[in-house]
Amino acid sequence: MTEYLRPRDLDEAVTARAAHPDWMVLAGGTDLMVNANHRVVPAGIVDLWRLAELCFVHVGDAITIGAGTTWSEVEHHPAIRERLAPLALSAREIGALQIQARGTLGGNVGTSSPVGDSLPALLALDAELEVASVRGRRRVPYREWCTGYRTTKLAPDELIVAAHVPIPDAATRTTWRKVGTRRAQSISKVMGAAAITLDGDTIVSARVALGAVANRPIRIAAVEDAVKGQRLGQAADAARAALRTAIQPIDDVRSTATYRREVAENLVARFFSPS
Amino acid sequence: MDRSAGPVGASVPRVDGIAKVTGRARYLDDLDAPGAWHGVTVRSTVAHGVLEAIDLDPGFDWSQVTVATAADVPGNNFIRLIEDDQVALVPIGGRVMHVDEALALVAAPTKALAFAAAKAVKPRVRALPGVLDIDSSLAVTQKLYGSDNVFKQFLVRKGHATDAELEAAFARATKVIEGTYWTSPQEQMYIEPQAMMAEWDGERCYLVGSMQCPYYVHKAMKAFLDRDADDVVVSQSVTGGGFGGKEEYPSMLAAHVAVLAKKAGKRVKMVYERDEDIAATTKRHPCRTQHRLAADANGEIVAIDVDVVMDGGAYLTLSPVVLSRGVLHAAGPYRCPVVRVRGRVVATNYPPHGAFRGFGAPQTTFAYERQMQKLALALGEDGFAIRKRLALRSGDTTATGQQLGFSVGTDEVLAAIEKVAGPPPARDGKAANGAPLRRGRGYVFYFHGAGFTGSGEQRLAGKATVAVTAEGRFEVRSSSTDIGQGAITIFTQIAASALGVDPASITVIDPSTAQVPDSGPTVASRTCMVVGGVVEHAAKALRAKLEQWGAANGVVGRRGVGAEGAATAETTSVPLLEIARAYARKEGELAELVTYEPPPGIAWDDATYTGSAYPVYGWAACLVDVAVDLDTYEVAIERCVQAVDVGKAINPSIVKGQIEGGTLQALGWAVLENVIYKDGKVANANMTNCIVPTFADAPELETVIVECPYPYGPHGAKGVGEIPMDGPAAAVANAVEDALGCSFDSLPISPEVVAASKPRWRLS
Amino acid sequence: MNITFELNGQMHSVEASPWKRLLDVLREDLRLTGTKEGCGEGECGACTVIMDGEAVNSCLVAIGQCHGRTLTTVEGLATGDVLHAVQRALVACGGAQCGICTPGIAVCAAHVIDRGLLEGADEATARTKVRELLAGNICRCTGYQLIVDAIVVAAREVTR
Repeated sequence: MTEYLRPRDLDEAVTARAAHPDWMVLAGGTDLMVNANHRVVPAGIVDLWRLAELCFVHVGDAITIGAGTTWSEVEHHPAIRERLAPLALSAREIGALQIQARGTLGGNVGTSSPVGDSLPALLALDAELEVASVRGRRRVPYREWCTGYRTTKLAPDELIVAAHVPIPDAATRTTWRKVGTRRAQSISKVMGAAAITLDGDTIVSARVALGAVANRPIRIAAVEDAVKGQRLGQAADAARAALRTAIQPIDDVRSTATYRREVAENLVARFFSPS
Repeated sequence: MDRSAGPVGASVPRVDGIAKVTGRARYLDDLDAPGAWHGVTVRSTVAHGVLEAIDLDPGFDWSQVTVATAADVPGNNFIRLIEDDQVALVPIGGRVMHVDEALALVAAPTKALAFAAAKAVKPRVRALPGVLDIDSSLAVTQKLYGSDNVFKQFLVRKGHATDAELEAAFARATKVIEGTYWTSPQEQMYIEPQAMMAEWDGERCYLVGSMQCPYYVHKAMKAFLDRDADDVVVSQSVTGGGFGGKEEYPSMLAAHVAVLAKKAGKRVKMVYERDEDIAATTKRHPCRTQHRLAADANGEIVAIDVDVVMDGGAYLTLSPVVLSRGVLHAAGPYRCPVVRVRGRVVATNYPPHGAFRGFGAPQTTFAYERQMQKLALALGEDGFAIRKRLALRSGDTTATGQQLGFSVGTDEVLAAIEKVAGPPPARDGKAANGAPLRRGRGYVFYFHGAGFTGSGEQRLAGKATVAVTAEGRFEVRSSSTDIGQGAITIFTQIAASALGVDPASITVIDPSTAQVPDSGPTVASRTCMVVGGVVEHAAKALRAKLEQWGAANGVVGRRGVGAEGAATAETTSVPLLEIARAYARKEGELAELVTYEPPPGIAWDDATYTGSAYPVYGWAACLVDVAVDLDTYEVAIERCVQAVDVGKAINPSIVKGQIEGGTLQALGWAVLENVIYKDGKVANANMTNCIVPTFADAPELETVIVECPYPYGPHGAKGVGEIPMDGPAAAVANAVEDALGCSFDSLPISPEVVAASKPRWRLS
Repeated sequence: MNITFELNGQMHSVEASPWKRLLDVLREDLRLTGTKEGCGEGECGACTVIMDGEAVNSCLVAIGQCHGRTLTTVEGLATGDVLHAVQRALVACGGAQCGICTPGIAVCAAHVIDRGLLEGADEATARTKVRELLAGNICRCTGYQLIVDAIVVAAREVTR
């Protein structure tokens, strides 16, 4: 029979992780429990759901969001809504109410699906992840986190603790858009997030991230370079052109490469258009 | 009209409403089934092949598992429907005809063990080339059915024109409009998956499950199990949606649980996993329609020529009837003296396609309403005005030469739309995120024959009983199933009105073949119109008998002897319920069984496909406003109005719910839904990828119920269940065309399709 | 493993694998069949229950996670014989047809109303909010219109 441990604190949690690397680390279950009755029965469960040390939002120079924070909590947190809009917006479009009540930041980041809804936002906001193990804690810039299709820099004995998200300054505007298969409860076909630092309407710098167009969420360096120094409007054309050769989306059961490419260009161009 | 109509016409709450909102209603998987084993199906992974062997993994512990194959079929290994062509289990040496065809069955005490056992069954199939599209089937790259792969064909001719005369009409026409239209397969997505349970008691097999047609299952199981009628008992459990998807498929499931239950010596239950349900069960027939129409200098349609080809999937099942309905609606509800409609449904190596609301009509309605749009554009005429001008009205004749008489709601439904339409929204707009929006409006006008085609209802001879039980309660006994459409409530209202009693004194009993007569299947928008009518007659007959008995036995009734339908004296002494109770105390049960009598004058020739195809038609018009997001190419339905002539709304709230449900299924089919196959296998077989509209996708639906009474329907009612499905998809296509200036002739009109159409846009 | 939790106001204890889905424990171990399975993947919402004050898909909750927690299912919406406002409204407005999605919708809507998520909204705003908040509950029968009517009616009743 499957064993079960509900750690009382993070120390117990990382100890359990080290002792039982084959046990399932479970929080909201919105990925790991899909079709549970057809999955391999886990040897054990380390249940992190509502572990207090992982459920918090701390507002300082950056906003630190505990890995156990649910998308409902992210969506409704005043500071996140006001200062990290892409994250709040993505939270609102993850699944639907029931999924938002259980899905966690740690889960989305740990599963690292190419269509993970919060991931382009974390990239564009240049978040930094904090992970813990019995060996201690370390930080990994989110832009270095994803190493391939559903693979990350998380070591086998580590747990995700939090995301530290710098607060964009007054000169930086952020945008986000998800194009799903329908209006709600949908998987992304194309997704984009951007943080654009402006001087008037000239672009000083930008971070542009896309989801669902590669095997992981990606920053588009070609676009970021192309728009530097451009004015909004002009930058839209430059961004569109740069994106053309920068991504190789695929055909799958939900959409086509052609569509993804074209809509990604439209989204990115819209990000760089005057409002 | 009967002045003492009782609750008819009132939106009385559903009889089963409280059970449903409290979770007390028990669907198949909710029923107590102590000791029941779970059944799981082992399925083919190839679309076409020969089953060479079925091996069992020797390393698996089979001691608690029953395995059944074709060799264990007690009677005949086919599912009897129109023909006996579909096997329940592919026999060794037999041909596998589609992916996910059943090859073997397992049953075990737990679901987990049953799933594990199914994985340990190893079928060996020698693959053959598959036929995976209509043209390959017509070219007979492989012989799947007969010599030409054509399950069925029809030819409808109006106006006695020969082919040469038809071509001449096209040649001299002022305008010829031609198009090829494609409609996609569609998954019914009832939220309760297919479910069935079987139990043997000696030689008798008891089946209970989620179904629309207990007597279809009964008929199929008599042959499959080689039983007499009395030795198969089929009962419907509360059914969580059907939409046609539980018309024929439950017979397959019944065969499977019956065979397992017999072999295991246990009660066996099968509840499909969602993925399996999407992959293995029936879908709406994909259809290619080539439609030509010729108009003269006055803008009158002078000839229509339609060629319909449907993909029937691997077995004949219901395809001939789906094709029939598609063909009979293909020329549309418009005046035209010369019509030719050819229809074929062909065999392919897909899981058999089957019944889904509309049943062939949505497919051909899409084509003819797109054609009407194109004609309007060619003539420079407004889309609404042209339909108003050319629509069939009372006195006109249809494509089969049926002269329309009563209950033709053309002008009423068109007027209803016109009244609420208002000016179209601004052509160009902007979303909150800055994306440009492009708007358009589309109209459709359409019809739907109610009930079975031609002499179908006469052949069905549907029966229903209204009775006083020995306990002095009123009972309605019919095999019509409530699958959400409110049959129980409607029958209660009709019976209460006819008996003149409180609806609370009436029970519509659960349909079980041991206890109810065969009313015909719960399909074809016939439940209220046909069976409801039989219920009404039975109730009136029962009332007359009770009143007669009451008078003869000193218990006087309301209006005296034999006062069938005529409002004579005022109400007096004894309510019918009291007479009934007195009767029951003295004599026991009194049951009045009535058989459907078709209205007079329905002449239909099956051989030439001419005459009165349906006793009456429903009529409808629909308006759709769309907004296309020019960044993402998504089509948002901003407004949808349906005006539907239902004859009489026995329960307006239920009628509204039916219209709205069918409408959203059609809107979903138009822009969101699709069944995607890869090598004959459903590639999007889960709810994540085989999507249907959510609350957020649905617009605020506007519904206008129009009543042009049908004299032979109960209180004037005719069918409503299917008609709302037929029109809206074409209205969406018309609206998107209006927005973008180019045509959309295939479904779904997905964002990918809209994006690809960009070079054809004409935005002025 | 022994798992103890409060369910519909009463303490329950079950002996089960912690991996067993809450949905299966409700339906099989406790024979509370009001909560339905429509998809097994958290897409349809027919399995919606309230856990610690949040509406969640019970097909995605492992029963071990429920130890010490508080649950409400459709069976717990009524107070004695009195149905929850949303249940009464669904009946009155014709918002249930085949009924298989209805318990999930009733639970989710009751949660939305009881948490005041529709409070203060005018009719149009309330309808839009209902559509967004209930988007995780799929209905195939109704086209949603009469369900939205019912939830708005119920919300108004509860506020008054």
